[in-house]
Amino acid sequence: MIFDPTLITERLGDISNGLLVTLETWFAGVAMGAAIGLLIAVLQVFGGAWLRALLRLYIELIRATPFLVQLFLLYYGGPSFGLELEATTAGILGLGIYGSVYFAEIFRTGFESIPKGQLEAADCLGITRLQCIWRIQLPQMLVLILPALVNLVTILCKETAVLSIITIPELTMVMTGIGSETFAFVETLLVLCVAYLVLIELSSRLGLFLERRVGRFLQRQST
Amino acid sequence: MFDWPTLVESLPLLAKSLLVTLESSLAGLGIGFVIGVLVCSLRLSLHPLWRRLGGAYIFVFRGIPLLVQLLFIYYFLPRIGLPNVSPLAAAITGLSLAAGAYIAEILRGGFLAIPEGQLEAAHMLGLSPLDVLVRIQVPQAVRLTLPALINEMILLIKASSLISVVGLAELTRTAQNIAASNYLFLQTYLVLALFYCLINIPLACAGGLLERRLKRRLA
Repeated sequence: MIFDPTLITERLGDISNGLLVTLETWFAGVAMGAAIGLLIAVLQVFGGAWLRALLRLYIELIRATPFLVQLFLLYYGGPSFGLELEATTAGILGLGIYGSVYFAEIFRTGFESIPKGQLEAADCLGITRLQCIWRIQLPQMLVLILPALVNLVTILCKETAVLSIITIPELTMVMTGIGSETFAFVETLLVLCVAYLVLIELSSRLGLFLERRVGRFLQRQST
Repeated sequence: MFDWPTLVESLPLLAKSLLVTLESSLAGLGIGFVIGVLVCSLRLSLHPLWRRLGGAYIFVFRGIPLLVQLLFIYYFLPRIGLPNVSPLAAAITGLSLAAGAYIAEILRGGFLAIPEGQLEAAHMLGLSPLDVLVRIQVPQAVRLTLPALINEMILLIKASSLISVVGLAELTRTAQNIAASNYLFLQTYLVLALFYCLINIPLACAGGLLERRLKRRLA
């Protein structure tokens, strides 16, 4: 196995494009998943019994099926009910839906970790529910759930590789494409592995930094 | 919306390929468990070099997307002189290597929960380190982490859908083939999703039940 670096350097343009698509779908998917997830968690905590049961069903169904199957349903099955999406849009939507249930579970445990007394006090002071969520519950719980959030974000980064199967030109698709043109599969895949490891390491380092940054007040309290 | 005759016709094929899915994910869980025990004991060993090695294994196999790992193994095995590896063997290798990293992390919590005194006592009684691992540490760690291990099984069943890219006719690949021949994409993939639900939702319920029981016993 002799590694020829020109394989990579010659196609640096394509590769950086692929990396951009990976980052784009990842960020967009995370943003969407977090938004839907937060909405689900809020509705689960404050909604009625029927709504809660419905959301529970959504969460269980999404959690029980593979991400790839969800993508197939959305991208290939979508046209059957009039949903014709471009591959990248379908990918982002799919990643958002897939991520949303895990975000929802994290947010829900966050909401549950805030003592009830605070909510009663807020209610007594005439603070509206929405204000209560936004000003009292979210700021406190974000600190607690940050490690879980960072973990989920790195998982979603890895899931973007699956998007290559529905022909989204992200990093995995670009690198396997180069591999099948040059037959240097092992070399290109090796570079791909390193690229993902760097991405994952960078994001978990950033997560650790954030955890320390937002957790400063906890340390101050304890000393 | 549904074309019932073709749907019913596709069921036996899907049911048969479900066995391949279950087979490869069970094999992945079993072999992954052995790897997980080894990597976990590396991580908890006293020698820093072993600890580093265990940490590196987990970093690599948890950091790289499973799809990329599968592709790598599929193309890498022929390079090192194993040209006739079947897709099933490549798939199981990939699943087990990745599962090993996750299971090692799961078991770590279980291993650390075992009181130090038990290990000292076992050492005093002259049990070999292997005996201590197999007879004292692993059974207790498994009991403590059983809900998480069931969850890992669900993850593996879902992850096994990625095996379809190395050409193994498991559940997802079979559904793809069926959809490609009858053009009923939505219907076929809905049935596919249903198959995964039928396996995973009962498993998730069992996991939840065990977790609540474990909590009550520990409380």
